[in-house]
Amino acid sequence: MATETQRKIVFERPRALEPVRMHYCPGCTHGIVHRLVAEVIDEFELAERAVGVAPVGCAVFAYDYFACDMIEAAHGRAPAVATGVKRVRPELFVFTYQGDGDLASIGIAETIHAAARGENITIVFINNAVYGMTGGQMAPTTLPGMKTSTTPYGRDPKLAGNPIRMCELLSALDGPAYLARVTVTAPRRVRRAKRAIRRAFKAQLEGLGFALVEVLSTCPTRWGMPPRDALQWLEDNMVPYYPLEEFVVHDKLRDKT
Amino acid sequence: MAITRGEPILMRGNEAVAQAALDAGCRAFFGYPITPQNQIPDYFAAHMPEVGGMFLQAESEVAAINMVYGAAAAGARVMTASSSPGISLKQEGISYLAQSELPCVIVNIVRGGSGLGNIAPAQSDYFQSVKGGGHGDYRTLVFAAWSVQEMYDLTREAFDIADRYRNPVLVLGDALLGQMMEPMVIPEEVVDPATLPAKPWATDGAKGRARNIVNSLYIEAPELERVNLRIQARYEEAARRDVRYAAESMDDAEFAVVAYGTAARVAVTAVEQARAQGLRIGLFRPISLYPFPKEEIAALADRLKALLVVELSLGQLVEDVRLAVNGVCPVHLHARTGGVVMTPAEVLEAVKRLTRQTEG
Repeated sequence: MATETQRKIVFERPRALEPVRMHYCPGCTHGIVHRLVAEVIDEFELAERAVGVAPVGCAVFAYDYFACDMIEAAHGRAPAVATGVKRVRPELFVFTYQGDGDLASIGIAETIHAAARGENITIVFINNAVYGMTGGQMAPTTLPGMKTSTTPYGRDPKLAGNPIRMCELLSALDGPAYLARVTVTAPRRVRRAKRAIRRAFKAQLEGLGFALVEVLSTCPTRWGMPPRDALQWLEDNMVPYYPLEEFVVHDKLRDKT
Repeated sequence: MAITRGEPILMRGNEAVAQAALDAGCRAFFGYPITPQNQIPDYFAAHMPEVGGMFLQAESEVAAINMVYGAAAAGARVMTASSSPGISLKQEGISYLAQSELPCVIVNIVRGGSGLGNIAPAQSDYFQSVKGGGHGDYRTLVFAAWSVQEMYDLTREAFDIADRYRNPVLVLGDALLGQMMEPMVIPEEVVDPATLPAKPWATDGAKGRARNIVNSLYIEAPELERVNLRIQARYEEAARRDVRYAAESMDDAEFAVVAYGTAARVAVTAVEQARAQGLRIGLFRPISLYPFPKEEIAALADRLKALLVVELSLGQLVEDVRLAVNGVCPVHLHARTGGVVMTPAEVLEAVKRLTRQTEG
């Protein structure tokens, strides 16, 4: 029995991740979230019927990483593109992977209406409070006081408005079957994040409606701090503002996975 | 709905457009309300369920065209319709569709512009339609109807053309063509979507094949140039295969009116009246606005004394006509704008002025 245990594979690259080097900066948590999504694709054996929609932003090259059919959408339009796919091919599993600028700023209308329709798609939403790809500008989720290249003196809500809590906003709608905010700053957090992603997949697979998982993420490069400090900064500053919760859980998702 | 086929019926242009899409095997429509095209989504909302199709009212024109993008990527025959301001909103998505080499059909029931303008018949979206419209080095293939019958025929064929060139196809009408009822014949035979050719490039699940990627991002400049040249080659093929035009009273003509759509519908009456008064004039009517019938117009310039362009825009069509004529004969313009439709009497006067000026 001992030899059986020793021979068991306990860790490997998910089949749903292409064996390529990612372009993400060192310490960025995109890689962890990509891996979790890929692991859940593998768990549910979805690679042959999954269609992913990549955003504009740091995850723009996600189509190079997920080993399934992929579509690159215009900035903010991923939920509409996913809607188009799902409506003509309901048997497919359709997910989007979007950042905060894409989902909560330029694409907020597409997000809210896909949620309101109860569109049977799954969204993985990376909230790192900054525009990474374009050089560290203010995002719709940038915290008050936070310095970015377009809020060099710190975000002043009187001048630059207030951050948007997307999960809380979407919670007001009847369409979502699953809404959760998680993070990946520590192993126990990663396990909870995976559970949330699994539930968000399950919501679509069971035809329950719209599902979104918001993942609080770090951007060491644009936050200007080492990766470990970035994880701590997220815990100290983002988690209090963006509470980690399951906001909507459809009854059929409870007591499962 | 029991629709009479194979014999003349009265139908509204906008409804003919929607029926044509159904008959072409289109089973997905995404749209947003805007006058004067509202009968198109209304018709789909009522009749898509009868054929197991999908109608969705999107939250915006922007969302609608991106839903079209997703459905087209998944391999479906798909359509959207709008009117000028809404088409402006769709231009981002149309650019992405073109660069991602996705087929779809877009109907523009053109209204008076710019801005909010009005809802009267106009052709002021000519440049936007034929010169690209959105950002980048692409074109939409553009077909302009002048009757309810042609609204049906061109919309139906547009799906085949879109699939052939993997490019968005734009069908132009206006409030007059869209709202007017006139006799037309709906053919007996319809396309069964199940019989349409497979789209091996579609993102519809990588089962038993390598994965597909639908994308418009090419970071390496030489790669993007290669893609753009591949797309350009399709436009060149379309220019060889799919130039459409019609000619009325052109055989012995010394002069011609060049006009499309509603302007041509008005001009043909003026041409008939001029003929009755002994003027040797005909009508040349481009149906494909891109590819433009430039060789045919160049040939007219070689044998005619002068051309008169009649358009419901302030000198848009005339630019393409002048490029085709290349200075070989005089090209005059009679234009109205803002949704004002010229009268046949007005065009007749312009024709007489043209012949007097040219004959000196």
